[in-house]
Amino acid sequence: MTTLAVDRPLVPTRRVGPLTGLRHTLTLAWRSLVQIKHNPMELLDLSIQPVMFVLLFTYVFGGAISGSPGEYLTFALPGIIVQNAFFATMTTGFGLNTDLTKGVFDRLRSLPIARWAPLAGRILADTVKQAWSVTLLVGVGMILGFRLENGLPGLVGAFALLLAFSLAASWISVLVGVLVNEPEKVQIFGFTVIFPLTFTSNAFVPTGTMPGWLQAWVAVNPVTVLADALRGLLIGGPVAGPVLRSLIWGAVIAAIFAPLALRAFKRRV
Amino acid sequence: MEHAIRAEGLVRRFGGTTALAGVDLEVRAGTVFGLLGPNGAGKTTTVRVLATLLRPDAGRASVGGFDVERDAHRVRQLIGLTGQYASVDEALTGTENLLLIGRLLGLSRAAARVRAAELLAGFHLADAAGRAAKTYSGGMRRRLDLAASLVGRPQVLFLDEPTTGLDPRSRNELWDIVRKLVADGVTVLLTTQYLEEADQLADEIAVVDHGRVIARGTPEELKARTGGQVLAVRPRDPADLPAVVTVAGAVAGTVPEVNQTTVTVPVNDPSVLPAVVRRLDAAGVHVAELALRSSSLDEVFLSLTGHRTEPTRTDQDVLEGTPA
Ligand SMILES: Nc1ncnc2c1ncn2[C@@H]1O[C@H](COP(=O)(O)OP(=O)(O)OP(=O)(O)O)[C@@H](O)[C@H]1O
Ligand SMILES: [Mg+2]
Repeated sequence: MTTLAVDRPLVPTRRVGPLTGLRHTLTLAWRSLVQIKHNPMELLDLSIQPVMFVLLFTYVFGGAISGSPGEYLTFALPGIIVQNAFFATMTTGFGLNTDLTKGVFDRLRSLPIARWAPLAGRILADTVKQAWSVTLLVGVGMILGFRLENGLPGLVGAFALLLAFSLAASWISVLVGVLVNEPEKVQIFGFTVIFPLTFTSNAFVPTGTMPGWLQAWVAVNPVTVLADALRGLLIGGPVAGPVLRSLIWGAVIAAIFAPLALRAFKRRV
Repeated sequence: MEHAIRAEGLVRRFGGTTALAGVDLEVRAGTVFGLLGPNGAGKTTTVRVLATLLRPDAGRASVGGFDVERDAHRVRQLIGLTGQYASVDEALTGTENLLLIGRLLGLSRAAARVRAAELLAGFHLADAAGRAAKTYSGGMRRRLDLAASLVGRPQVLFLDEPTTGLDPRSRNELWDIVRKLVADGVTVLLTTQYLEEADQLADEIAVVDHGRVIARGTPEELKARTGGQVLAVRPRDPADLPAVVTVAGAVAGTVPEVNQTTVTVPVNDPSVLPAVVRRLDAAGVHVAELALRSSSLDEVFLSLTGHRTEPTRTDQDVLEGTPA
């Protein structure tokens, strides 16, 4: 152990430059992604679950709702993608809370790194995970017969919109992750809020037979709005309106939850 | 600079609890400073303030000459911290944990690898280097955590109860590492509930209780402060314990402690010994052991705080770091 000596040349700097902060963010994002390697369950979560949803919905509900699995897939895949995206945002809060409760955050905060890097690194890593499951969903959908009517531009547009919206929605997840005292509570929150939210939309079924009051909510539900935007982009139909409404929803969510989350975050760490 | 760590009047409250009620500390560069105190004394809170994790409500502190609040980023470039509870990333391997820190500290990929391998070898973790930390035992995690705090070759090292949960061998190794670091010029502030540890390592000790420093000095000074001597009497027949307590109490002028079959009481005047012998004889007590010895830090602690520290390392301490 001759290597413990102090030899760091020391002219301490006053603060972190933005480029250095970006490098910290990338390192921390790497760390979140490497975790997957040692936790195969997480990979299952990211991969098998979305695929299973596509298969179940298509072959169980397909015939009853749309007359055939193929037709239903065309209708429902955008909705399934949206639902998956909402659930995926919970990863951020879960991971954040794990770091807070396990003390990893304390270690990070004792290091001379950008204050925002741990949060930014996590969000970046979760965006990569999100992109992976969307790719997987579209891929499986196409194998089962889903057709991209608007080609690559539509697909790229859908991707961009979804990731932008997820980024906004992940502030909700950050807020929950900072407020609760154990990671499991983030999941419980996720299930109790996201299930009703995604089912009271037009993600999985045409809404014509729902009671009027429910239809009123369904029409403004961000899940509906986003699902419509993805349908427009992937399989054709109106694009501008739903995309605009999705962006507005994203902006509203970010405007409300980002400040709340950051305030709670600063208070806790 | 003369003082590596300096704190003046640190106050920190949590809701209704006052964790720190005005802590003053001065730690000379290149020495080991022991912060000694029972559960809830404020040791961890002090360390967290000094390591820039917590802002004090009042008072101020500096590390390496930099203010921990205004110049937190500079302080972070000087320090290493091993918290009371292991803060390793359980989903990463030992190597990856250290690589992460090295990369965050600005080491190149190659340099971070070399440093990680060095530290893992030094802490006897080379064999487990490629395993996820969640498969580590409590003691292994603790060592990995310590290694993580050394990646950046800190000038000032904070160790919050570093040997809690370590077996005696690992504890001795850690003590050696601390001594080596200090020989290399590192300043170490460690907290402990174990007087033996403070006695072994610290150049200077501050005893904290209820958020205040209630005594400070070298281990020898502290031991000398309580008059320095302890009378211990063990009757041959445990049934005589009450009689021994009465006699010892009357002679020493304070209430003795009964520890299983031995009665101990601090004494200031060695001449009490003949008096004790006479009175025990008069009371018809047969004595198996009678001794007058220098008081240990344990007794110093007792006389200062009015309560004992943990008598031994408890099982609970050992369990804290083990996998759930
Ligand atoms: N985050 C917190 N919220 C509320 N109270 C706290 C918090 N941290 C510490 N305290 C309280 O402050 C007091 C001092 O706690 P601290 O952790 O500093 O003690 P300690 O000396 O490290 O004890 P131990 O030996 O058990 O680790 C305790 O009464 C504790 O309950
Ligand atoms: Mg503590």
